[in-house]
Amino acid sequence: MEEDNLKKDKLIIAKKKFESRLIVGTGKYKSMSECAKAIKLSGAEIVTVAVRRVNISNKNKPLLMDYIDPKKITYLPNTAGCFNSKDALRTLRLAREIGGWKLVKLEVLGDKTNLFPDMIETLKTTEVLAQEGFKIMVYCNDDPLMAKRLENAGADAIMPLAAPIGSGLGILNKINIHIIRKQTKLPVIIDAGLGQASDATIAMELGCDGVLVNTAIAKAKKPFEMALAFKNAVLAGRQSYNSGRIGKTLMGNPSSPIEGII
Amino acid sequence: MKKIKIKVNGKVKTVLNNSKLSDLVNNLNIPIKKVAIELNQEIIDKKKTSNIKLKKNDKIEIVHFIGGG
Repeated sequence: MEEDNLKKDKLIIAKKKFESRLIVGTGKYKSMSECAKAIKLSGAEIVTVAVRRVNISNKNKPLLMDYIDPKKITYLPNTAGCFNSKDALRTLRLAREIGGWKLVKLEVLGDKTNLFPDMIETLKTTEVLAQEGFKIMVYCNDDPLMAKRLENAGADAIMPLAAPIGSGLGILNKINIHIIRKQTKLPVIIDAGLGQASDATIAMELGCDGVLVNTAIAKAKKPFEMALAFKNAVLAGRQSYNSGRIGKTLMGNPSSPIEGII
Repeated sequence: MKKIKIKVNGKVKTVLNNSKLSDLVNNLNIPIKKVAIELNQEIIDKKKTSNIKLKKNDKIEIVHFIGGG
């Protein structure tokens, strides 16, 4: 029965249902086959992909689509590497043209060293994309007020960072993430900065609807094991959240009855 | 036959004067279903590449999906 409950508990983004609450990135792997295997082990149904120039001088270079079938796995085109609204819009319009993708991840960065998002450009771009019919998952900082503005601008999912991209620091501001989750009906997906599987569990226990992980899996010493660890961590965190944790008390409370003590 | 210079993905390429965008796509062996094409910053309808004649100094971008986070 409990297993049935878990099966019914789906991630819904822009009216589309997903079984897995783990989204993985496809960057930084040693090879495309390693990437494909890690994705399979993670159980992810959505993967982020980047839009880049075709290598016209090497025609035999392997294509991502040959390794990860976009009919089986949902491609989530992102705007990684864009530092302004114009470039982000251009990238996502091209992504839509490749194969009709409307579900996209918007990410407009503001600083090349800390990789924090430029929220003014991000908000502006969200408004335009919403008008153009895109379904937008928006990478943002962990600011509840900005998250609300993105929601009002037409975002389909809020993706606050845990910490700077690729930093592996884990969730730095749990309170803000909790507030963002409490104030919105949109899915909240933790994006960027996770370092280990337990970080994903914490995100899920805070009530987040999913997590997006790339570097922590791709750059782990054993990416396949880490992919599995993240899969289990997300499931554990979700089950824990749904189970209703006990309250916290300052003093101890014995687990064995006092009555009948010898 | 006269030749013209165009730019494809930032690289200068020489093509025949009256060639079409579809000729370029075929010559480069581009899997058209897996790419998007921009001509002078405007997205091209992939079904209409044979209607587009290449002109001198045209800038073409051909993009696809690669691994990314």
